[in-house]
Amino acid sequence: MSLITRTVPRLFVQATQTATIRNVHNSTSNNSPRLAERPDTRVTATLIPGDGVGPELVYSVQEVFKAAGIPVDWESYFFSEVNPTLSAPLDDVATSISKNRVALKGILATPDYSHTGELQTLNMKLRNKLDLYANVVHVKSLPGIKCRHSNIDCVIIREQTEGEYSALEHESVRGVVECLKIVTAKKSQRIAKFAFDYAIKNNRKKVTAVHKANIMKLGDGLFLRSCEEMAKLYPKIEFEKMIVDNCTMQMVSNPQQFDVMVTPNLYGNIVDNLASGLVGGAGVVSGSSYSAECVVFEPGARHTFSEAVGKNVANPTAMLLCASKLLRHVNLPMYSEMVRNAVEKVLQDGKVRTKDIGGQSSTQEFTYAVIANLKMPKV
Amino acid sequence: MSGFFNGRSISELFGGLFKFLSKNPHKEPTKNLKIVSNKPLGSRLYSGEVKKCTLIPGDGIGPEISSAVQKIFDAAKVPIEWEPVDVTPVRGPDGKFGIPQAAIDSVNRNQIGLKGPLMTPIGKGHRSLNLALRKEFNLYANVRPCRSLEGYKTLYDDVDVVTIRENTEGEYSGIEHEIVDGVVQSIKLITEDASRRVAEFAFQYAKENKRKKVTAVHKANIMRMSDGLFLRCCRDMAKKYPDVKFEERYLDTVCLNMVQDPSKYDVLVMPNLYGDILSDMCAGLVGGLGLTPSGNIGLNGALFESVHGTAPDIAGQDKANPTALLLSAVMMLRYMQLNPYADKIEKACFDTIKEAKYLTGDLGGKAKCSEFTNEICSKISQS
Repeated sequence: MSLITRTVPRLFVQATQTATIRNVHNSTSNNSPRLAERPDTRVTATLIPGDGVGPELVYSVQEVFKAAGIPVDWESYFFSEVNPTLSAPLDDVATSISKNRVALKGILATPDYSHTGELQTLNMKLRNKLDLYANVVHVKSLPGIKCRHSNIDCVIIREQTEGEYSALEHESVRGVVECLKIVTAKKSQRIAKFAFDYAIKNNRKKVTAVHKANIMKLGDGLFLRSCEEMAKLYPKIEFEKMIVDNCTMQMVSNPQQFDVMVTPNLYGNIVDNLASGLVGGAGVVSGSSYSAECVVFEPGARHTFSEAVGKNVANPTAMLLCASKLLRHVNLPMYSEMVRNAVEKVLQDGKVRTKDIGGQSSTQEFTYAVIANLKMPKV
Repeated sequence: MSGFFNGRSISELFGGLFKFLSKNPHKEPTKNLKIVSNKPLGSRLYSGEVKKCTLIPGDGIGPEISSAVQKIFDAAKVPIEWEPVDVTPVRGPDGKFGIPQAAIDSVNRNQIGLKGPLMTPIGKGHRSLNLALRKEFNLYANVRPCRSLEGYKTLYDDVDVVTIRENTEGEYSGIEHEIVDGVVQSIKLITEDASRRVAEFAFQYAKENKRKKVTAVHKANIMRMSDGLFLRCCRDMAKKYPDVKFEERYLDTVCLNMVQDPSKYDVLVMPNLYGDILSDMCAGLVGGLGLTPSGNIGLNGALFESVHGTAPDIAGQDKANPTALLLSAVMMLRYMQLNPYADKIEKACFDTIKEAKYLTGDLGGKAKCSEFTNEICSKISQS
């Protein structure tokens, strides 16, 4: 019996194995999800507050978790490129994430140049170290946030370990700089497969590949070809391709047409932010980065919002939704729903709104409103 | 581009260019390096003589909308003589297909042109004509003003931005190779000369058109050397134009803010790819490429064009919307410093759209292209 209960969850939830075995064990033995939510082991997750308003948002998440009694322990690391003296070493952070297999991360500021002349940003290093190759941003219109467009529901899947972000640059002669964009068949196929798998798993209908293969015939051409080949293996999923400039134009005029989008690195960054802008800005869109082993949850549009530091005005919605996704990932679905419902309720009521979505409330007031709305979902 | 400067100092080169363009050796700049060449060109145009202007009607709906523009220009009595040329590729002496020499000569002689949409043939054989024209005339800056049109309602109603895009290098340098099987390397080329040139153009444009602010759009946090160089050139240039406000923003931030509050931005200057993406996106904000004009400013002249497709499905049916080409022609008039004509035509065009009596199919109306054109003409003759 114990052997079965040990192997079954491993099939479903690869990450956070140690944490989830007991969960599923409980729920299979007495069928009460409520009990399943109260495991006697606790989940440990890495926490990287990040720069800018990151620490304030993370604090908000911690408050909510505390109030809801969510059994998650944080392994917190201060990790920053703009403040290198205080920052934890990359190795420590990477080890922690690969051990815990799940992390919640604020946004790291990336300065325009480093004093050591390094070209790689800390973000890139972390992603490369852990091989966090797929960034998934689910952009969805939220209730209660007034925007120009409604009913947006698209998922942007972005390759984030190569392309323009390879940090290979040199100055051939003075005043002439070459910047290399690397595209490989292996990584293009990997992200294409990820996108189609995601579409299947989440009952999505269509995958759109975003490219600029008419100009970069070899580089983006390779990416596009990889997607086309992968599409043949998934006959149930509709496949279309779109040139990136047309894609942005379509995105601002008719965003409802998009479903799952798969993009190389830089275009992903552009489309992520564009789509986030359509549903209410950087403060409300959550995202996650996947490797084969671990997941890092972070806001979808990456802005540190450094001008608001200490002002208590940032919107914690994105971070709370990240936390909710994290809970779902570590197999605490009830808690996940609880946090999500509370956030949505507060947004829907519209009484407590932060500045970015047209209100006057502070981060703290928003957090308290979410706490006040925490309800265990009915089974 | 770098090969172009081989063996000659930049000041020598541009000095020479200036002499050529202004035909006024006294004005040759020595100390202050001037790169943008439209001033002396304009001053020459103040003379009362009729100016010749090359017209490339284009493919698909191109001929219809070109003749619409010609008709409107006639109605406004613009002192311009059109010189229509055909750019259908011909096989040159080297066996490659290219633009006919007559067309090249025409643009070089007139130094100004208006171009309808061109079909880019699919498949290999010859490169895209747009690209060839760009190379031939050294069109280094692409300017696209996007303004919300009264009378055509979109979700965004306070858009008034101008995107200025570096047009000769960057991601579109066309240098790519497959190192080993399955590993491709594309080179994005950024040079100081080209960056400085487009930055100077942006500031000058802002100053001449009474714009308040220039925003440099970049991704220097990721591409620290290449975009860093571009950004540095913009910063340096900003110091020479203290009246124009300068700010720098990341590409992703601009994308995000543009859809939330387009009024945050005024003139945007950026490298090639970002410009391509942002200019199309801004066009999307105001209703698509059928409404946005575009101009390419070069060393050997300027070419104004409509950037929409050739729409072969409605070609020859008198259904096309000539607005984009007309507004491009208006931009051309401003470039030639024929502002009174430009204002008159622009006003008539905007009024016609605002009244919404004669709108073409793409704007939700039922009017034919000729009806739309006639309405503009009658407005012009009334004024």
